[in-house]
Amino acid sequence: MTTAGPARDDVAVDVRRRPQRAALVGQAMVFVLLVIAAAANAALQPTFFTAYNLSSMFATFAPSVAAAVAQTIVVLTGAIDLSLGALITLASVVAVVLVDGDPSKIPLAVAAALAVGLLGGLFNGLLVALVRLQPIVATFATTFVFGGLALTVLPQPGGSVPVEVTTAYRAATLGVPNALWLILLVALLWVALRRSRLGIHLYAVGGNTTAAFATGVRVTRVQVAAYLVAGLFAGVAALAILANTGSGDPYVGSVGGAAIIGGELTLSSIAALVIGGTALSGGRGGALGSIAGAIVLGLVANIVFFLGVSSGMRELIDGLIVIGALAFTGAPWLRRGRQ
Amino acid sequence: MTDTSADLDRLSPRQALAWLGARPVLIAALVAVALFVFGEILSPGFAAYGQVLNVLRVASFLGIIAIGQTIVVLSGGEGIDLSVGKVATFAAILAARASAGGDEAILWSLVLALGAGALIGLVNGLGITFLRIPPLVMTLGMVGIVQGIVLLYTGGQPAGRSAPLLRALVNTRTLGNLPGILYLWLLIAILVVILLRRTTYGRWLYAVGANRTAAALSGVPVTRTVVTAYVLSGTFAALGGVLLLGYTETVFLNLADQYMLPSVAAVVIGGTTLAGGSGGYAGTAIGAVVLTVLDSILVTLRMEESGRLIVNGIVLLVLLSAYGRQRRLRQ
Repeated sequence: MTTAGPARDDVAVDVRRRPQRAALVGQAMVFVLLVIAAAANAALQPTFFTAYNLSSMFATFAPSVAAAVAQTIVVLTGAIDLSLGALITLASVVAVVLVDGDPSKIPLAVAAALAVGLLGGLFNGLLVALVRLQPIVATFATTFVFGGLALTVLPQPGGSVPVEVTTAYRAATLGVPNALWLILLVALLWVALRRSRLGIHLYAVGGNTTAAFATGVRVTRVQVAAYLVAGLFAGVAALAILANTGSGDPYVGSVGGAAIIGGELTLSSIAALVIGGTALSGGRGGALGSIAGAIVLGLVANIVFFLGVSSGMRELIDGLIVIGALAFTGAPWLRRGRQ
Repeated sequence: MTDTSADLDRLSPRQALAWLGARPVLIAALVAVALFVFGEILSPGFAAYGQVLNVLRVASFLGIIAIGQTIVVLSGGEGIDLSVGKVATFAAILAARASAGGDEAILWSLVLALGAGALIGLVNGLGITFLRIPPLVMTLGMVGIVQGIVLLYTGGQPAGRSAPLLRALVNTRTLGNLPGILYLWLLIAILVVILLRRTTYGRWLYAVGANRTAAALSGVPVTRTVVTAYVLSGTFAALGGVLLLGYTETVFLNLADQYMLPSVAAVVIGGTTLAGGSGGYAGTAIGAVVLTVLDSILVTLRMEESGRLIVNGIVLLVLLSAYGRQRRLRQ
């Protein structure tokens, strides 16, 4: 930490220790859930530990892991990003339209996906920090801007990802599936962010905005930065979706048919961080818990899939799981010791 | 700030703007008229009597669905109901199947549809109050659940037509050449305004929306008030869905889904603040008209669905920037 002035240091140290202790409890819980969900999967599915199954499983999990990290960064500042799913969708359709099956355009598509994520994040950040709209309604409105743009870029599912990408995504390096490497990279980026000055300021702003402001944290800048970094991770999630599915779909991860573009992605990102022990009120938690939370949700979805239910039933159960996960931390009998 | 209109001509432009800014309902009404004029310039005949009536008729569905949204937003606590569109769709599907295209079972189909809406609203309300799930997340999750129920109930193929009586209510010209649904909307609107302004529940709602702690300390049953708000929201969404069925005559899987965003936008245009506790239904009703005129202008301009989504999102952002800004940290 290189900030000047003792007052600023004190606050930083303070907000750094407290959330860690609180988050430990929540994060221990999510790792217990992780073990249970994995055990249930293994019991239901004899081929669970085969290399093929593991790599296709992590291939499916990686997008929601990146989305969960993006959401966590915003939520830690006490805000929320409802447009996350729509932004991921927008970044993915822009990238797939640009690459159009041509391996030589891969760098262009990757850059475009990350740039769209950053621009969308910047737009959200400016609305929240400078125009001073409530995060929840500002990002609700931008959901429709991003979703409408996504439908303009790619009105129908289509476009193709070069086969080199989809093959590499499902391959393994040093015996570890490449999608898991991607998840580990995301985790590493988070740890680096957490240890940076911005990381500390995220917690400070989320813990107590007024106090953070009073002690010299540039709140506006931190809020914009949070949405920007979240946008970057949204771009990563978009690329992971494309590598996993091999084609573009403007309705990917939407909820209730196509009522809300990317709604399902947004919802599961929020559920993942709540399961992972991050407080929606901000300032407490961390993205490692959210990563575990996203994997837990993915494993539970696997279980539902293996029970062989119809698609309508699956949509119903998915909704119940998300609500159940959120209720889990808010239920009166579990609320003891919170707030 | 001067409040009486008699002083208005003596105000500086800046003060006049502030005076107007404090009256969102008036602004919304002016915008509605301006949009009709703009549409007339764009495409002559747009603001003809028959066309205006048609726009009002289409606005009535949004207007009725947005009643519940208004009540939920008034209840505060970041209250919002994103499930209204899906609930309206579900109610229409239920009503279409229960009435089986005839008038015999119309009352039963209405009870069934409104009951289902109320029940979904109750679950939303209980999740939000007892399980403390943020309203936005709870009602967004509910969209998926209701969609699942719709798919299970219909097997992906919704069947049925609207009852002839329902069709007649929406389409047939009655007294003064107005379709019956406009009278119904006006009647419901008056009842809602009375509910909000003249009843105990209305006073509780505003008290809870303005300050929950203060309301609880003064003996207002906060939880009951909030849960009731979501029940009303589900019920009015269902009513809007059933009436929309009378307009479209057949059901689709996504019949009323697109009403979610406009229902929130109508509330914001009407000057009800998303922080809760201030606003009312008259503004929302005008907001529903504004959005419907805007949409019909965009259709006249041959704009695609995706473009209309973007425009609606931007309109909402502009309105929020005008009404919904938060205070600065540095005072």
